Amino acid sequence: MRSKRSELLVGCFIVLGVVALVYLAVQVSGLAFSSKKDTYQVVARFDDIAGLTNRAKVSIAGVAVGNVESITFDKKLYMALVTMNIDSDVNNIPTDSSIAVLTSGLLGEKYLGISIGAEDEMLKNGSEIFDTQSALVLETLISQFLFKGGDSEK
Amino acid sequence: MSVVDAYIKVQNVSFSRGERSIYENVSLTIPRGKITAVMGPSGTGKTTLLRLIAAQLAPNSGTILVDGQNVHALSRSELYKVRKKMGMLFQSGALFSDMTVAENIAFPMEEHTKLDAKTIAGIVSDKLYSVGLRGAANLMPSELSGGMARRVALARAISLDPELVMYDEPFTGQDPISKGVLVKLIRQLNDSANMTSVLVSHDVEESLSIADHVCILAGGRVIAEGSADEIRASDDPEVKQFLNGEPDGPVPFHYPEESISSRAAL
Amino acid sequence: MKSIELLGASLLDWLEAVGRAGIFLVQSIFRLPVRFKESVNLLVKQLYSVGVLSLVIIIVSGAFIGMVLSLQGYSILAKFGSEEAVGQLLALSLLRELSPVVTALLFAGRAGSSLTAEIGLMKATEQLSSFEMMGVDPLRRVIAPRFIAGVICLPILSLIFSASGILGGHLVSVEWLGVYDGAFWSSMQQSVYFDTDIMNGLIKALCFSVVVTWIAVYQGYECVPTSEGIGKATTRTVVLGSLAILALDFILTAAMFGDF
Repeated sequence: MRSKRSELLVGCFIVLGVVALVYLAVQVSGLAFSSKKDTYQVVARFDDIAGLTNRAKVSIAGVAVGNVESITFDKKLYMALVTMNIDSDVNNIPTDSSIAVLTSGLLGEKYLGISIGAEDEMLKNGSEIFDTQSALVLETLISQFLFKGGDSEK
Repeated sequence: MSVVDAYIKVQNVSFSRGERSIYENVSLTIPRGKITAVMGPSGTGKTTLLRLIAAQLAPNSGTILVDGQNVHALSRSELYKVRKKMGMLFQSGALFSDMTVAENIAFPMEEHTKLDAKTIAGIVSDKLYSVGLRGAANLMPSELSGGMARRVALARAISLDPELVMYDEPFTGQDPISKGVLVKLIRQLNDSANMTSVLVSHDVEESLSIADHVCILAGGRVIAEGSADEIRASDDPEVKQFLNGEPDGPVPFHYPEESISSRAAL
Repeated sequence: MKSIELLGASLLDWLEAVGRAGIFLVQSIFRLPVRFKESVNLLVKQLYSVGVLSLVIIIVSGAFIGMVLSLQGYSILAKFGSEEAVGQLLALSLLRELSPVVTALLFAGRAGSSLTAEIGLMKATEQLSSFEMMGVDPLRRVIAPRFIAGVICLPILSLIFSASGILGGHLVSVEWLGVYDGAFWSSMQQSVYFDTDIMNGLIKALCFSVVVTWIAVYQGYECVPTSEGIGKATTRTVVLGSLAILALDFILTAAMFGDF
């Protein structure tokens, strides 16, 4: 009888552990158990990505439509080559759209924002967005401001 | 001597624990089917002798033959096979504290035989009956008195019907009635199942009353060996001192001082 | 000259002890109980005493640590006007660091010390010798199920600790301090990744569980079988176990999150 009870409690213990794991996975890390969304890959070259990281979100009009897959250095052009995954159902981004490295809030994390262009042709898997806008780096901004300030005084 | 059919032969065994030598060239014989009492003052390594026989400890030199096999030359699995033929009653009883009395006794059978649960339950009940504790089958060891625990341990030691049972200080800390019960039980078991029994004790009266063969150990060697009557009749001063419990004699009252000072020097 | 000799000797002693403990570990893992049903029974018994009985302390301390983290985090984050980030702070600090480490420390104190004391007492009352005399390997019968139960339990307890901590933190920050519920969860979900944060936390817990349980059963098995010896061994389990957890935590953290 005693061992039956302890078996039951051990069973509860293990189930509780599994429940905790599922809870952490779903509620805390937001892991979706539905099959991975279909995506297509797009690349873009930036002069400066300043703190953009892998898996940063890619957004259009503030809505996340994909994420950054990888960031590498393009040796020939001395630029940052960013590869990103875009959800397949967002298949109507014109090829002349522009992309910028943005910051959420004053001190928040960096993400990519796409501004829609006017071309009829749409981005496909492997396309490149040519119109890129680098991150705003505080030091550059300040030095520009100082330089211009000096200029106007003249 | 050589006429005796020996079950255990201890030959020229030396054993030391750290710096301290416990045995030097000890030889003794334990005859088959008899009760042998190994006696001696506390601290002469009587329990060590049992552990040497069971090969839980290995001697520095010399051999120990159990039923013709050198137990210290056996492989692990062979040794475990030999140990199935041995039962041991530990000084503290050593009942498994997480099992009931019945489970304790059933344990060696569950481990080593393929008997079904019903047969085992029957044997457990018989063994408990033979030590007079059938009513205690479902108690936990912590609920038993010292004497009862030792009787349960005895029932467990004989549950596989071993050829050899070793008793480590069976009488220590028992009241006179329990002592009497144990003496009777040991005698009965030995005679009815044709076992060889080895008894380690410093209780002179009880040991001499049941032993067929007696060895007295002192100072790391055997000072007397023979039947109970021969031992009683011995004029060896060391034996006499031990049997009569005289405080002064050849066996020193003081622990040897050299070893203390040599330890201090370390 | 003499001090160098002494140093060498103690180094050798130490190496020998480590070697003995290593052999002991391997032996107790590879000599699992032979019969399946018996081994399951033994394991269940140990899972009960090591895992189920540690549950209350884990849930309660998890909840309190989550609550304290929320309070502290809220008061600092409020200065920057980013109270919602309390969810992120709570989840990351719990999953990556606090739940494996604190669970392991509590485990060393609660389950480790009782394992050491239990095995030590079994040695002192000659139960271990008694197994040996019956031709049953005590490593297989006594040590192996305890070791395996310990290794299984700690990661589970650590998960439960995290969940309980996050619920406790949610209670304080959302219900009491008035952080917006949606922002609390979304800031958490944005920053917590299953494969790095949760899995790395679990791997940490698994490493700690092997080390702590190993120390606990080894100290019990090798203790001097007297009441003083058992007491010392129990203390050593807690002290060595805690130090090992903290040192190992640094190494694991450096390996897992060091490139951040």
